[in-house]
Amino acid sequence: MASGVKPRVKVPKSAAAGDSITIKTLISHKMESGQRKDKEGNPIPRSIINRFTCEFNGESVIDVTLEPAISTNPYFEFDAMVKEAGTFKFTWYDDDGDVYDTSKDIAIA
Amino acid sequence: MRKMMTSVAAMTAAIALAAGAASAGQEDNLVVNEEIEIVVRTDAPAHMENVDTIYSGWTFRSDETQALQMDDFDNPGMIFVDMGREVFDAAAGSEGKSCASCHESPENLKGVKAVYPKWNDQAEEVYTIEMQINECRTDRMGAEKLKYNGGDMTNLVALLASVSRGMPVNVAIDGPAQSTWEWGKELYYSRTGQLELSCANCHEDNYDNMIRADHLSQGQINGFPAYRLKNAKLNTVHDRFKGCVRDTRAETYAPASPEFVALELYLSSRGNGLSVEGPSVRN
Repeated sequence: MASGVKPRVKVPKSAAAGDSITIKTLISHKMESGQRKDKEGNPIPRSIINRFTCEFNGESVIDVTLEPAISTNPYFEFDAMVKEAGTFKFTWYDDDGDVYDTSKDIAIA
Repeated sequence: MRKMMTSVAAMTAAIALAAGAASAGQEDNLVVNEEIEIVVRTDAPAHMENVDTIYSGWTFRSDETQALQMDDFDNPGMIFVDMGREVFDAAAGSEGKSCASCHESPENLKGVKAVYPKWNDQAEEVYTIEMQINECRTDRMGAEKLKYNGGDMTNLVALLASVSRGMPVNVAIDGPAQSTWEWGKELYYSRTGQLELSCANCHEDNYDNMIRADHLSQGQINGFPAYRLKNAKLNTVHDRFKGCVRDTRAETYAPASPEFVALELYLSSRGNGLSVEGPSVRN
């Protein structure tokens, strides 16, 4: 597992039914592009988050493919429509096979 | 002729626009997380002879950069604060202690960052917060010193700054610290390098002017450690000094050198009254 990886998300605790809410997500990750070389001139292997998804009660909200040009600590901000109370599940897929996930509940106010 | 007149008028408008852009955000106020009020402009402390009002570096940045510092989730520096918490809780050295063993939580150290650098009676010299942390590590924890401007140290300093945000910088410049302070002042006004520039030439005489593409600030250090967008990491104040001295085309002092400690004390005192802001976001 890549070191120092920690997912963070910010979701409002509650919203009115049918409201559009803003979700912010960030994962600390070095996003090594595979283009750099170390001191001895050997290429540093690519190690990035290659996919990010968000689901709400099992339904896909966003599904992102990440490429090596994306810089360190990738940050996503997007809107989602909330019709009912439920759980947002966020998942990040690492090149090395690791999967990081976290979830947040939202209530209907 | 008429066409020429129009283009002159258009140019004047463009110049006015450019001038407006240079001071964009200068009037804005900073509130972090809609909770912590940060003083970004105030009356200069009495010892400053040539400046009436002091401004945080935040006021010189673009709206987009300013916005990053208004919410901890958007502030990339807070990632490093979280990493600092891990260092704070990690036991090290022969005593098996961590920072948390004595201080419990970083929040108990609220206000500490605001008064450093500070005279240390036992050592009989001015201590920066990094020197104090390393003394704790060697004398109380029986641990190795952290590298002065290394990642773990900078993250710890960012953590201590973050819990003091909103408190006024208030370093003591009288008493035993006075001679170090005066040395720092001398360094501030000494021209160095092939370009023969002192700190004051840019940051006192020309703040708010453009130096090529850069908008010169007053060089306040209340926001350090600072997350810089250009290198996507926290930057220590001594590394920033080094960069500035290098830009005058001089051989620089080393981070942790007595010269930079004296300069840090003097510069901190120029910001007495502004709020602790670290980790700030700058370009």
